[in-house]
Amino acid sequence: MNGVHDLGGMQDFGPVHPEPNEPAFHAPWEGRVFALNQAAGAWRKWSVDAWRHKIEALPPADYLRMSYYERWFAAVGELLVDSGLVTRAEIEGGQPAPDSIKCVPALSADGVPLMRRSGALSRRDDKIAPRFRVGQRIRTRNMNPTGHTRLPRYARDKHGTVERDHGVYVFPDATAHSLGEKPQHVYSVRFAARELWGAEASPRDAVCLDLWDDYLDPA
Amino acid sequence: MGAHDHDHQVVPSDPALRVKALESLLVEKGLVDPKALDALVETYETKVGPRNGARVVARAWVDPTYKQRLLADGTAAIAELGYGGAQGEHIVVVENTPQVHNLIVCTLCSCYPWSVLGLPPVWYKSAPYRSRAVIDPRGVLREFGLELADETELRVWDSTAELRYLVLPERPSGSEKLDEQALAALVTRDAMIGVSKVAPSSRGAGA
Repeated sequence: MNGVHDLGGMQDFGPVHPEPNEPAFHAPWEGRVFALNQAAGAWRKWSVDAWRHKIEALPPADYLRMSYYERWFAAVGELLVDSGLVTRAEIEGGQPAPDSIKCVPALSADGVPLMRRSGALSRRDDKIAPRFRVGQRIRTRNMNPTGHTRLPRYARDKHGTVERDHGVYVFPDATAHSLGEKPQHVYSVRFAARELWGAEASPRDAVCLDLWDDYLDPA
Repeated sequence: MGAHDHDHQVVPSDPALRVKALESLLVEKGLVDPKALDALVETYETKVGPRNGARVVARAWVDPTYKQRLLADGTAAIAELGYGGAQGEHIVVVENTPQVHNLIVCTLCSCYPWSVLGLPPVWYKSAPYRSRAVIDPRGVLREFGLELADETELRVWDSTAELRYLVLPERPSGSEKLDEQALAALVTRDAMIGVSKVAPSSRGAGA
């Protein structure tokens, strides 16, 4: 989706503002939102890419106005409703529906260290042949899907070089929409800054992106 | 806040209240355990942070064979020090040298190597950084007080997939006599993102 989240190369957002000694969370509610997303995610009703797509699908003006954890809060509410874990009426009313059956939480306090240590593996052992080899010149596809994608606009229809083959990973354009895993190779692809941004860019600079087979064609 | 406040419940506008309302609902439905939420917050406030990454960097500075393993397979080498898991499942370490400087960004969202750096700072997740790190990286570095020489090669890594990047900064001059622990104390989060260098150790200790 050509959404406002696809920020690479945009201008006029102003300077970067680092904050000295920044805390992990700026208010207790931010920590709760972070934790709610993790704990609700432990039900495994949605993929990380479905979650990312929820955030991307916020109305553009809201996306830019909201703070980071406000976006996370909006996303988890929507995903809870989509997945059927919660109804919209329950969220609006703040109470479980009378016929709601009480569950046992998917994640207990004791389970937190294990969940953190294991993470979520999106790499797959499928024996799938790579479409490209290290050193090969490629051209990214000119594509404008209306769903989730991890090929940013600034890197579409550009020439680059495959730097490294990372192996086989699930394909976010599919997993975000429950269309299966469509596993395929991911490569670090290097683009000269001048290829992306024109003659004004430094001749010594490059941008590397991690891109799936389905984003690439031979140059 | 009295009980009557809930009688005509509409979604409150204050984020703290809205979050509290959702948490209460999920707890009542048995979907989340409040103690698990406490544990998650505590983990990322106290246990997982840039000190982890600093230990990795210091080890690489003192142990050339470790450094080799780290650059060849970041995930496995980092696991040797006990770090891994969520948002550190697949880590690539990129080395700064006098010729090459690396910078990490996620233009599409906020991908960041949690297992070694903790949760990302606000600026890393913000529109100014995400938009300009790829088109004007030297300008961004200048805002962090880092002026790169024209002849330095700058590589920006946009974390578009599930690989997470960590910069191995250059060991600063004047740090030759420091042990691993003292070296780790010099390493900053910003240097491991690539928006700064590790400052020479001579600053405080003299010489």
